[in-house]
Amino acid sequence: MTTRIYIPRDAAALALGADRVAKALSTEIAARKLDATIVRNGSRGMHWLEPLVEIETTEGRIAYGPVKPSDIAGLLDAGLVSGGNHPLCLGKTEDIPFLKNQTRLTFARCGVIDPVSLEDYKAHGGLKGLRTAIAMVPADVVKQVTDSGLRGRGGAGFPTGIKWKTVLDAAGPQKYIVCNADEGDSGTFADRMIMEGDPFVLIEGMAIAGLATGATKGYVYTRSEYPHAIAVMSEAVEVARAVGVLGPSVLGSGKAFDMEIRTGAGAYVCGEETALLNSLEGKRGVVRAKPPLPALQGFLGRPTVVNNVISLASVPIIMDKGADYYRDFGMGRSRGTIPIQIAGNVRHGGLYETAFGLTLGEIVDEIGGGTASGRPVRAVQVGGPLGAYFPRALFDTPFDYEAFAAKDGLIGHAGITVFDDTVDMLKQARFAMEFCAVESCGKCTPCRIGSTRGVETADNIARGIEPEKNRELLTDLCNTMKFGSLCALGGFTPYPVMSAMTHFPEDFSPAPIAEAAE
Amino acid sequence: MNVHVAGSDVETRTLAIVGELKRLEGPLLPILHEIQAEFGYVPQECLPVIARELNLSRAEVHGVVTFYHDYRDHPTGRHVLKLCRAEACQSMGGDAVAERIKALLGIDFHQTTKDGAVTLEPVYCLGLCSCAPAAMLDGEVHGRIDPDLAQELVAEARR
Repeated sequence: MTTRIYIPRDAAALALGADRVAKALSTEIAARKLDATIVRNGSRGMHWLEPLVEIETTEGRIAYGPVKPSDIAGLLDAGLVSGGNHPLCLGKTEDIPFLKNQTRLTFARCGVIDPVSLEDYKAHGGLKGLRTAIAMVPADVVKQVTDSGLRGRGGAGFPTGIKWKTVLDAAGPQKYIVCNADEGDSGTFADRMIMEGDPFVLIEGMAIAGLATGATKGYVYTRSEYPHAIAVMSEAVEVARAVGVLGPSVLGSGKAFDMEIRTGAGAYVCGEETALLNSLEGKRGVVRAKPPLPALQGFLGRPTVVNNVISLASVPIIMDKGADYYRDFGMGRSRGTIPIQIAGNVRHGGLYETAFGLTLGEIVDEIGGGTASGRPVRAVQVGGPLGAYFPRALFDTPFDYEAFAAKDGLIGHAGITVFDDTVDMLKQARFAMEFCAVESCGKCTPCRIGSTRGVETADNIARGIEPEKNRELLTDLCNTMKFGSLCALGGFTPYPVMSAMTHFPEDFSPAPIAEAAE
Repeated sequence: MNVHVAGSDVETRTLAIVGELKRLEGPLLPILHEIQAEFGYVPQECLPVIARELNLSRAEVHGVVTFYHDYRDHPTGRHVLKLCRAEACQSMGGDAVAERIKALLGIDFHQTTKDGAVTLEPVYCLGLCSCAPAAMLDGEVHGRIDPDLAQELVAEARR
């Protein structure tokens, strides 16, 4: 029987040479006349082991990594095709502690299957949720999603079922499902990994959302920085349409749902749902005032569900296994699982899906294994560029929406960026303001002008110019931005800035630079 | 790609692109992406044509083109090197890598080398935060950039 060898086509694996490894292996397979075929899967999320090569054996999949093209000949000599021993052998993939200790619901298939093979998808439980939804009335589908406790995984944490119910109850000749795949936050890559590793789960989730709310058309708005995700999603949509998962009669149900992939044009603010809708309509990605809610007047003024990739990709398992099954994971009002993205200066960077409730310290020190540089961890930014910086003193904070809010932070899209003790927190605060200034849509004054003034003020502090007065000014600016901005870009930029000032005050009191002495 | 074309050709190609994509709901971004793929940038001459065909004012189209970082009003070099400047890459020495690449190329961000070989652009996150610092050269991704890889990338881009 032909042996299946898996080498990811995930962008992180590609960035670390997966294509070169696949090419080297393919050449050697041909030269040695081996009975083996290469499958380009998604990533298992253990990015420090990428490119991770896996061999299918009767006992399960055996992993090797990180593999370089120059390792291939040696690996084959050691019997790679039959799972032979080699210094790069990591044993059975499923037994690698990082993977073994996870609860993979949304990412269950990611890295396991061939992303664009619908057969592979179905063989691993795919489309079961959609079939269940087809057999139910829309209101019951919405109720099941509500009962699961699923909250928007894009950052705001709004209950998904309630949003769906608003759209279901809204009247309109045409309703839409818009998937927010504009994953612009530094430190996050879960959306990208789902789109590249298991695109059908997102398609299935969107089709369920369409059936549940009466929307017949869906859009995935993806950032242009993700060309690989766009390619895989586009291919998967064509496959789904060709076999009737999408189209005028979804799986023969007589109900229509179809979708398109749209590409953004490099504007961070388009991750905000109303700016995204404007962009999708072909306008400047300027934020809209709410109300009206997008659920009532969204894309082209019609009722629209706007959900994040992970929210939609979590729906199929809820429909398949039931609301209770999903809700039983997690803590407090944070139910189910969350794909935590561990990034930056960290030894074991990657994606770790687990129930809510681990402490930040467990995630950084135990799962992430501390810093890559081997130096002490000093600060961890949670929730992207608009998230707060946490010091070690707050490492006991459990991963839960409310617990993070209570510590003046946010979970956001669950990205965690680790910094060692060489980080300059004044510089990071300045960067947050600079990023806001570059990316502001310009509609509201606190964000547009406040961020530019913030950069200047941070610079003055760095120069030692009236530091006390300028720290006060920076705080004042942050308050104005927090309470006066229309959307999260201006409203949340104060989180990194204020947390840096609060938890790392020593970096905001530089020794006065005696300019005259230079 | 990246060739200067005569005005009438721009109009013909623009009309063809608009004609093909006009039926989409919200067609302007897909049209502009296609135009940039065709010409390597968005030539000024396209704007009145698009405006007329979509029944928009020229100012509206101009407003959209200038809002987004991706759209360019002039051609790039033969290769585009995008370097991630966001937090995760910063935490792994991205600033030093950026300085080194700028020095090797002899240009700053948003500039093109004198020989027209390389345009250097900043990008805020490529989703490769767990293998930082990261870059994209002509659509190909590269992670864990150290001084050696930085030199290789520049050499590759120079080719």
